[in-house]
Amino acid sequence: MNQDEIFEKVREVLVEALAVDEDEVTPEATLFSDLGAESIDVLDISFQLERAFGIKIGQGELFPEGVTQDPEYVQDGKLTDKGLQTLREQLPHFDLSAIEKDRSVQNVVSMFTVQSLVNFVAQKLKEQNA
Amino acid sequence: MRWMWIDRIVELVPRERLVAIKHVSLAEDHLHDHFPAQGARPPMPVMPGSLIIEGMAQTAGILVGHAESFREKVILAKVTRAELLDDARPGHTLRYIATIENLTKQGASTRGIIELLEPDGSDPRPFGSVDLVFSHIDHNITGTEFPDHNFVFSESFRTLLRTSGIADDFADHEADHR
Repeated sequence: MNQDEIFEKVREVLVEALAVDEDEVTPEATLFSDLGAESIDVLDISFQLERAFGIKIGQGELFPEGVTQDPEYVQDGKLTDKGLQTLREQLPHFDLSAIEKDRSVQNVVSMFTVQSLVNFVAQKLKEQNA
Repeated sequence: MRWMWIDRIVELVPRERLVAIKHVSLAEDHLHDHFPAQGARPPMPVMPGSLIIEGMAQTAGILVGHAESFREKVILAKVTRAELLDDARPGHTLRYIATIENLTKQGASTRGIIELLEPDGSDPRPFGSVDLVFSHIDHNITGTEFPDHNFVFSESFRTLLRTSGIADDFADHEADHR
């Protein structure tokens, strides 16, 4: 399955899960601000991605659990070294370069773009077929 | 017994499927306001669609709760899809059939079919479908904490389980909690 095919299926999942229009789901769109996802949608999206692609998504793989609320990981609205390290460990499939430059917590939320989901699924499919 | 929108559980296959029934009765107060007479139109008592969805949420919620012996606080997080094809009127019986689609530590998604039984004993006919997502809220991704006591599966739910002949699986750990 190539990137375009994965994107099309991810788009179908997001249209269904978030009740958004197809043309709103662009690769650059962020899940939480542009597409209006809430934390509970992550569970639904993860269930629907599992079904659409026949993959298994473990706890915390799609979204870092509790990291942004933990004072050990976040101080004054910015990720600590430990917080960044934890994100790297929890989310090996995500591009964290923007957060490495600017550690504002908002950046953690905005890294969840449609493209990041496509990359996540592509990596999962690769692991599965390896 | 307040806010119970199913009358009896008639079938339970743990972690898979739960079937419950609801008899629609003219003794239910809200039916007299839904809808009252208006001008020349006579009263039209029909069960509100929102309460039919609640009935499925309770059916599926018990199935999800039972899977972990009612230790988890199972909260309805999302109505993924709901379609009701007809009206449920006094004398009708609704049959809720819920199946688990996904079940993880964080929550579950369920599929639900509703059938309607006429009082004449004819075969059930399709009435609608309601698909839901539930959260096990103690494992929510935002890290929010909730009280220890399981406020979801209250006495009303336990009574329903008992009167339906289903073992009250959560009696033991509730006792531990006290």
